[in-house]
Amino acid sequence: MKFAIVVNEGPYTHQASDSAYHFARAALEGGHAIYRVFFYHDGVHNGTRLASPPQDERDVVNRWSKLAAEHDIDLVVCVAAAQRRGIVDAAEKKRHAKDADNIAPGFRISGLGQLIEAGIRADRLMAFGD
Amino acid sequence: MTDEATAAPPGAVKKFMYINRRAPHGGNYAQEGLEVALIGAAFDQEVSLAFIDDGVFQLKTGQDTAAAGLKNFTAAFAALGDYEVKRIYVEAESLARRGLTADDLMPLMYEDEDDDYAEKPLIEIIGKDALADLIERQDVLLNF
Repeated sequence: MKFAIVVNEGPYTHQASDSAYHFARAALEGGHAIYRVFFYHDGVHNGTRLASPPQDERDVVNRWSKLAAEHDIDLVVCVAAAQRRGIVDAAEKKRHAKDADNIAPGFRISGLGQLIEAGIRADRLMAFGD
Repeated sequence: MTDEATAAPPGAVKKFMYINRRAPHGGNYAQEGLEVALIGAAFDQEVSLAFIDDGVFQLKTGQDTAAAGLKNFTAAFAALGDYEVKRIYVEAESLARRGLTADDLMPLMYEDEDDDYAEKPLIEIIGKDALADLIERQDVLLNF
């Protein structure tokens, strides 16, 4: 089965990103495919490479980056939600004349259309969050 | 909007329902939920919205957010009829529990292109069992 995943909450405060990650791993191990993971609302905070959690804790952002690299998974951060919350890639840095970018490896910033398209293309859209 | 919609693959029409459960101005879920509905219009899917629990407050007339320092994004609900949204379902029990009636809701309309562009009301108030049946028949559900 081809799954799409949407993560609607930020890391650590909320379980959504952890649950989505474990779901994705289990789905892949079960022979299923992940069409895309879309990060919306505060979920965009899962895509900053500037997070530095204590070394004896899980690294939520890094875990997504590694999963994307290992399984070639499309991690998409919503541009409108990212702009509000300060998640920035090189193109957004230039467009809004910011002094830095912070997008983590394996993530890309794109539009809400990517969420709708994922809903159309995938067999099931799994949403994680309140 | 900096969004660029990609075309839906031909032939794939799914039933999308956006379910709004929260009051409008206490967080960004409602506003960002509406943004999904507006962007989704470009994909030629069968789209409806449902308002349940405190979500029914999103459609209340006469909202004034000035004192809270917030943009009143709910003005954009009036545009939904132009965005291929044919039906907005409001759960009757949620309305009644909050002391609201149909008269408290924005008079949202759409033009029915299959009926000589007659103006028709977008909002339908339905009971929770009927709404549950509708939810059961959707392909994609997103909660905001």
